[in-house]
Amino acid sequence: MMTHDITTLEVGQVLATQTFPLTRDSLVRYAGASGDFNPIHYRDDVAESVGLPGVLAHGMLTMGVAVSPLLEWCGTEYELVSYQVRFTKPVVVDPETGASLEVQVSVGALIESEDGTPQVRCDLTVTSDAGEKVLGKAQAVIRAA
Amino acid sequence: MAVNEAIIGRDYPPLPPYLVGREKVREFARAVFSKLPIHHDVHAAQDAGYPDVVAPPTFPVVVQEGALQVLLADPDSGIDYSRIVHGEQRFDYSRPVVAGDELHATIHVTKVQSLGGHSMVTSETRINGADGDHIVTAISTLVVRGGE
Repeated sequence: MMTHDITTLEVGQVLATQTFPLTRDSLVRYAGASGDFNPIHYRDDVAESVGLPGVLAHGMLTMGVAVSPLLEWCGTEYELVSYQVRFTKPVVVDPETGASLEVQVSVGALIESEDGTPQVRCDLTVTSDAGEKVLGKAQAVIRAA
Repeated sequence: MAVNEAIIGRDYPPLPPYLVGREKVREFARAVFSKLPIHHDVHAAQDAGYPDVVAPPTFPVVVQEGALQVLLADPDSGIDYSRIVHGEQRFDYSRPVVAGDELHATIHVTKVQSLGGHSMVTSETRINGADGDHIVTAISTLVVRGGE
C-alpha cells in the first residue's frame, strides 16, 4: 500500500516539521558514533582558544538530523538519490540549556529523471533557536525505493 | 601557506575496506535522532527489501572522514589542518549502505579555488561495495581559512 504518491505533490507544499533539542550529550554521542572527536564539539576551553562563540554542534550532526523528518515521511517507499547542504551558521550548544533545531521539509521541485521515473527535490529549512538559518541550499532528492 | 593547486585531479590509494557493523549502524542512527525502524530492526529492514539494518544517509561520512585524513596527510597539499572549516557536503547514492557491506573507498581532489584569501578544496570519496558496484559518492568542500 502506497501511503504517499509523490506525483501528486505541489511545489511549496510542507511535508514535515520537527524540532530537535540538542544537548552536550548529543554532541558526545555523535562524536562517538561518527569518529569526529574534534574538541571544539565538547570542550569550552578549546572552543574559546580558537575564537569560537562556544562549543559547536558538528555540521554533520546538523546535516544528519535535518534529513530525519523527511526519512520518516518517506518511510520505506522512497530512498534518497542525493543529499547536499552548505554549512552557513554554526550551532552553539550551551552547556546548560543546549540548543534546538527546527526543521521544515517542503517540496522544492518535481523532477523527471533520465529514466523517466519521478523524483522530487525536497528543500530542508533548518533554523536554530537563535533564529538563524544554519544550513544553506539543503536539498534532498527522493525516488521510489 | 596556500593550498597547492597541483593536488587537483590527484588520486590517492584506496582505503582499507570498511566493514559496516549492525551495532555501528544503530549507534549512528541514535546519534542523528533517526527513529525509523529500518535503521534499528533487522526484520523491519528485511520487510522493506534490505538484507540487514539500513545506515542513515549521512553514515558514509564515517568512511569519508578516513579518506580526508589521507588527503590531509599528503605533505604536498599545503592544507593547514587547524584552519579547516567544513563548507559543503553532498552525497550521491546508488543505494543505501546496509550492515554487512564491505565499503571500498578512494578519494580524489576535484577542485581547489581561492576565494577572498581562503582556499576551498573539493574532494570526492567514491565508495563501492565488495562486488565493485557503486554505492555512494561523498563530496566534501573544506574551507581553509587564510592567515590574518
